[in-house]
Amino acid sequence: MSNTVFVKKYDEPKFNIKEILRYAQTKDDSIIPIINECIDEVKNKLSYRVCYAFFDIVKNNDFFDLSFTKTKSKNLMKNLKDSSKIVLFGATIGIEIDRLIAKYGKISPLKALIFQSIGAERIESLCDMFCDEISKEVNKNNLFTLPRFSPGYGDFELENQKDIFNVLNLHKNIGLTLNSSYIMSPSKSVTAIIGITDKKCDFNAQKCKNCNKNDCIYKERN
Amino acid sequence: MNILDFLKENILYLDGSMGTLLQKNGLKLNELPEEWNITHPDVIRKIHLDYYNSGSNVVSTNTFGANTLKFNLDELEKIIKAAFENAYFAKENSTSKGEKFIALDIGPTGKLLKPYGDLGFEDAVKIFADTIKLGVKYGADLIFIETMNDSYETKAALLAAKENSNLPIFVSNAYSEDGKLMTGATPEAMVALLEGMGADAIGANCSLGPKMLEGVVKKLLKYASVPVILKPNAGLPKEENGKTLYDVSPEEFSEDVKNYVKDGVRIVGGCCGTTPEYIKEVFEKTKDLTPKPAEKKDITMVSSYTHAVLFDKKPVLIGERINPTGKKRFKQALLENDINYILEEGIKQHSKGVDILDVNVGLPDIDENKMLTDVVEELQTVTNLPLQIDTSNFEAMENALRCYNGKAMINSVNGKKESMEKIFPLAKKYGGVIVALTLDENGIPENSEGRLKIAKKIIETAKEYGIDKKDIIFDTLAMALSADKDAPKETLKALYEIKNTLKCHTSLGVSNVSFGLPSRDAINSTFFAMALTKGLSAAIMNPYSFDMMKTYYSYCALCGMDENFEKYIDYMSNNAPSPQKSDVPVQKSEVSINSDDKTELQLAIEKGLKDKAGELTQSLIKTINPFDIIQNEVIPALDVVGKGFEEKKVYLPQLLMSAEAAKASFECIKQNASTSKSDMTKKCTVVIATVHGDIHDIGKNIVKLLLENYGFDVIDLGKDVPPETILEKVTETNAPIVGLSALMTTTVPKMEETIKLLNKKAPNCKTIVGGAVLNKEYADKIGADKYAKDAMEAVRYADIINSKL
Repeated sequence: MSNTVFVKKYDEPKFNIKEILRYAQTKDDSIIPIINECIDEVKNKLSYRVCYAFFDIVKNNDFFDLSFTKTKSKNLMKNLKDSSKIVLFGATIGIEIDRLIAKYGKISPLKALIFQSIGAERIESLCDMFCDEISKEVNKNNLFTLPRFSPGYGDFELENQKDIFNVLNLHKNIGLTLNSSYIMSPSKSVTAIIGITDKKCDFNAQKCKNCNKNDCIYKERN
Repeated sequence: MNILDFLKENILYLDGSMGTLLQKNGLKLNELPEEWNITHPDVIRKIHLDYYNSGSNVVSTNTFGANTLKFNLDELEKIIKAAFENAYFAKENSTSKGEKFIALDIGPTGKLLKPYGDLGFEDAVKIFADTIKLGVKYGADLIFIETMNDSYETKAALLAAKENSNLPIFVSNAYSEDGKLMTGATPEAMVALLEGMGADAIGANCSLGPKMLEGVVKKLLKYASVPVILKPNAGLPKEENGKTLYDVSPEEFSEDVKNYVKDGVRIVGGCCGTTPEYIKEVFEKTKDLTPKPAEKKDITMVSSYTHAVLFDKKPVLIGERINPTGKKRFKQALLENDINYILEEGIKQHSKGVDILDVNVGLPDIDENKMLTDVVEELQTVTNLPLQIDTSNFEAMENALRCYNGKAMINSVNGKKESMEKIFPLAKKYGGVIVALTLDENGIPENSEGRLKIAKKIIETAKEYGIDKKDIIFDTLAMALSADKDAPKETLKALYEIKNTLKCHTSLGVSNVSFGLPSRDAINSTFFAMALTKGLSAAIMNPYSFDMMKTYYSYCALCGMDENFEKYIDYMSNNAPSPQKSDVPVQKSEVSINSDDKTELQLAIEKGLKDKAGELTQSLIKTINPFDIIQNEVIPALDVVGKGFEEKKVYLPQLLMSAEAAKASFECIKQNASTSKSDMTKKCTVVIATVHGDIHDIGKNIVKLLLENYGFDVIDLGKDVPPETILEKVTETNAPIVGLSALMTTTVPKMEETIKLLNKKAPNCKTIVGGAVLNKEYADKIGADKYAKDAMEAVRYADIINSKL
């Protein structure tokens, strides 16, 4: 495999108010007008970029070789136990949202909170869009994708960010950078691994049901 | 031959990709390409040689990522030395007859600069300087700064190159498909910045294939006076039979590049995916073309990190409100280091439609040097308008220009020898459009001839420093009409002469004209209109004045500069004065007590109606003591919402809405009651910060807002704050409480370090911690006095500590 690194730009995904409310820690509709005001300010100002490459997995007893890194993470190895390939990706909605959060952080913490929530919703929507696309692509070969798995999940250490950034050249390709505490800038960014398997898995279809946090006020009943 | 001399008569050919060829030669994932200078010199030499033999005049050393972030200084020197040996080997062994040069290649650090990343601007300058000094030492003919996708980092690299060499400097940026850098700058903004600082050639490379860069190249050719560089990718990567290929062939690539050369591009090469074959085709197809000379453009422009503002037909508005002169509240903000107040002035003026913000923070009792730099840095986080740095302190001017992300306006120089000797070198080094006052050692000439003469002297002197008159804007000095009824006439006459005989742009501090007269707006706006008809290019003015703004919009409409009168209509429909609103609620609020026995102000705060809370306070303050408003209305309302939040009946956004409404009420009291912060503060000082290494500050800002609402004197040190800085502030202020925030597991150790330091050096100070990854157990473990799960809990704890003092 050549590990070609691809770069893609996406059109703006539709805004999901319900998700934005959830990230803003509220269920109260009364702030929707303010959310809409913020959406108007941010609309068409963000860029939706993803950079990705495919890698083979070489499995050993106590570690997996993913070409760009050798991992001993038990959680990741469990996640990838049925996979022979992965997609590694980095995604970002760009610096503009950070500028808005910083601006309003100084004059209106409420709006800063809302822009932060919009940013979270945006980057998740972008990742969903990308993952759906990859899923459809591999489905053509009767393969399936697993839920995305990011550095910082379980025992898959944040330090892995370093290798991911190097191999995908995320700075050059999508303007994403990493600081010395492994925090990404722009902040509304995600790096993750998507396992590819030949076993069908319905995990993706019902995110909410898979979660065992039963006291969650956002939990979708039925 | 010097490369710049060669460039005068010839098209200059750069090389193609290094990385693509290294991968073909077996460079592994995660292997550092720069190390191959030492480990695989034969491969590197062969690549350079092939490029020279294909027609390249310039090869760039294999030093794209050679910097002290990746290597220590000894390693770096070895790598750069080897890189030049490899390039020199190729230069000496090439069979090509063309002129040959070696460029020190400088790529980005891969880090984002502060405030959004963690690399300080001066640290970036230092990193580039280390590489550049070595490049000079080992024989570079020029410095090639390339693939930069952020304007600030580009500035750091160019500054380092200027400060550490006398070599020619080429600068090329990576533009995205939207025609901008990743951090937002347009090509014209980059031209303004880079040409202003003295880059010898400016261009675009990487990211896209030649066709997709058309818009960018056109703009570069339109605005740049220096030669334009183009070094595109061989299109986009694709995969075929397990191999990475690029989708633009050498033939198509060279055809596209040929067309750009015909349009005026003078320096060509290739980036990712290109090989000697691409360069050879480009060379063959263009070598017989007559190069189009780079034309000098008489364009006056300043820039920010996103865009350029051009001085053209349309008048440029420069907001004057960031200035303490005659503003009590602004002076108070400066004395209290209340930068947020100043930032709000910037944001408000931006929303009123100004193009540029004047920044003057000079006050006898403050450290203007530090304050100006702080305000310039902070303003750039809340507005993308270009700034006009306004100070008579030359040191403060230099520091502000240095940290400014763009080409600033410099306010000001005048005809005095000392002024010109100090300001022109700064303008030459950092770039800038200079406001020049037509006065000198003998004062302000009474008539226009005298002012014109000074203008000529300023232009001549600037020329000696290499500053073109397009970068000077003359202010013919608006004098008080009340002191001399003929003064405005002379000002306008001088303005007209300078515009028409010297062909220079002009600016006026309009508001001075009405000094000493009543209803100043009437005089100001009429004078403004008169000046506009004489050709005024820019005005330093008050954008809150309806009279001034309506003059501006009317003028633009009348001069055919407002398509369909859109801007005029939009402004008038939103701003035309209506009957005074603020007096209406006075009677209401005194009589109308709602059934819950709550006053209107209380309800406004509970419901989070910011504007209304401000208006109501404005009315109440005329009859009620400010202290009573706070105690009897604001605090009870906040308590209702705060309790609701604690009982989970109110969500966070609603809590914040109320907190901001309360803040509006406080601000109103501050503006009116001539109470300083210390009078209003009844509670102790709290120092708060997001810890070192962490850049998340939303939670911290929420805590700050609520603590302030509850009467604490909050000192906010910002984010990414080292433990020592926090201790220093605690020691200085004797603060009994410190609030620390951290969002990431990787930054909690810094929180622990900060607490340990405080416990040791300021044992009486209590620490409150919060943040997404924390909980009580974790907080106990790292030795915090209190874990607050939310902002209200922090307020309650602070109240307890305060009551024990």
